[in-house]
Amino acid sequence: MGFHVNNTVLNTIFKTWQTEYNIYAPRKYPGGGRFSDTDCIRYGKINTAEEIIFDKKSEYSFKEFLTPVSQTLFFFTEGETKEADTLQKKAIIFLRSCDLHALKRLDDMYLHNGPADYYYHRLRKSIKIVLMGCDHSFENCFCVSMGTNQSSNYDMSIDRQADGTYLIDCKDADWEEQFATTGCAQQKVTPAYVTKNSITVTVPENLTAEVANSSMWDDYDSRCINCGRCNFVCPTCTCFTMQDLFYSENGKAGERRRVWASCMVDGFTDVAGGGCYRQKNGQRMRFKVLHKVLDYKQRNGYHMCVGCGRCDDICPEYISFSNCVNRLQDAVMEVKQND
Amino acid sequence: MIKNDYMPFSSKILEVIQHTDIEYTFRMEYQGDVKPGQFFEVSIPKYGEAPISVSGVGKNHIDLTIRRVGKVTNEIFERYVGNSLLLRGPYGNGFNLSDYMGKDLIIMAGGTGLSPVRGVIDYFFHHPEQRGHMTLISGFKTPNDILFRNDLKQWSANMDVILTVDCAEDDTACHVGLVTQYIPQIKMGNVTNTVAIVVGPPAMMHFSVQGLLGIGLLEENIWISQERKMCCGLGKCGHCKVGDTYICLDGPVFNYTKGKFLVD
Repeated sequence: MGFHVNNTVLNTIFKTWQTEYNIYAPRKYPGGGRFSDTDCIRYGKINTAEEIIFDKKSEYSFKEFLTPVSQTLFFFTEGETKEADTLQKKAIIFLRSCDLHALKRLDDMYLHNGPADYYYHRLRKSIKIVLMGCDHSFENCFCVSMGTNQSSNYDMSIDRQADGTYLIDCKDADWEEQFATTGCAQQKVTPAYVTKNSITVTVPENLTAEVANSSMWDDYDSRCINCGRCNFVCPTCTCFTMQDLFYSENGKAGERRRVWASCMVDGFTDVAGGGCYRQKNGQRMRFKVLHKVLDYKQRNGYHMCVGCGRCDDICPEYISFSNCVNRLQDAVMEVKQND
Repeated sequence: MIKNDYMPFSSKILEVIQHTDIEYTFRMEYQGDVKPGQFFEVSIPKYGEAPISVSGVGKNHIDLTIRRVGKVTNEIFERYVGNSLLLRGPYGNGFNLSDYMGKDLIIMAGGTGLSPVRGVIDYFFHHPEQRGHMTLISGFKTPNDILFRNDLKQWSANMDVILTVDCAEDDTACHVGLVTQYIPQIKMGNVTNTVAIVVGPPAMMHFSVQGLLGIGLLEENIWISQERKMCCGLGKCGHCKVGDTYICLDGPVFNYTKGKFLVD
């Protein structure tokens, strides 16, 4: 059921939620940007609706809630191990359609690729989803090309109107009742979604792993500086590395964590004894790009990339992922001709 | 409830067998189904985890042959009998012995590549009636690097064992040269009833498989086992992914018809 609510009503409802839930949404971190005197928009806990940033894209995705940058798995003390506790409160996460599609990819990776992941599952089962409508496309977005511009699997949707009021579509029965009892106007609401991006991306139909033999990847050998930012902002990148940490005050106690890893950064494929599988940055670029638009699909039936464009937003070398994907058609032709 | 696969269990070190200065086999207490070619994540708090393949399977134990080359393995060498290591696993598919039964079997191993395949060799050594003619070509860098010396001697009783080293300073009892040089010495029967397992460093596996194909083996009759960085063993951490394949879930053992498409 749809509602038209003002800020006060929404904040009253937020307050009732907060006894049981923390609310996570894109918010502003003043002065936290990558350049001096700039802000950073990323996910964090919010208290009121005004804190939610609707008019800008979040630089980092919501994934850090479900797959924390650094997540303690268990603690060691001499011969004992103790599993790390989970969060005490459940979570409500505000995200856009592309990110909601990314959530499906995280689920498939953590719950269905091999045995289900215990730590992911225990966070995942405690969240509710609020879809933030997009009334316009942002820079570098190509969600329409990836088919991720629209979503319907939310508990609630929210669109901030020009006058500061909100259009809400509620699917969660308890929340619906809650909104209805406030006496706010009821109307049919369809969350806003974009139907056109300035960037369109075409993944070649006949794309195969053979495209690895194209010379196009060599271009990235020197342009890419393997900083891994593209992986860290990507809502669908899930790789991690295990890390043991011991406390300096007490060398007998410590913890095992998993921390984000990047297939672009040195050391990702290193095996004991010095072996390493993708040394050139171009090869790493190829590995990443083909995962997003080829081999993930071979395994799961749909593309991994959701077209949020964050990788293009963040790259310090101005490498464009969408442009790279659009070069694949020529690369396929090139490889065919060389055969 | 979903099982927490990341919590390791403690396993006692029953015996330590030294092969070389840097390679030891740790016999670990373990009960449960394990196939040769599968691996465990072995860890010591503070130093982290490392994937180690099973080099032998007993009723109440597993053997882990470990080379001292990394942060974790260095620390493992400080632990001896009576102490314990943390394990989780087994992971990976391992070798299916039924793939090789009733066939002529060729095994080519490079260096520590002998470990994951040792369980297969041992099985067919003890059950020669379940296979045809068997050849093992095992290569090491130098005579000082040879693993499982006693096993190699014992195995030669009912199979052709060609032991070779890349280089040797003085007179040595074994052959000198790369494993691929000895492919022509394999006594071949019916080539369509001959199967092969190749395990070792990437270049060794590539040229050995080419050599076997050269003498007429069919692609579908060759198996390889891959080594990759693996942080989880559960298809999550992404380090071992090659194309659409997760070595830890889909491998590490691959039939060559699939394995040939693994391009890093």
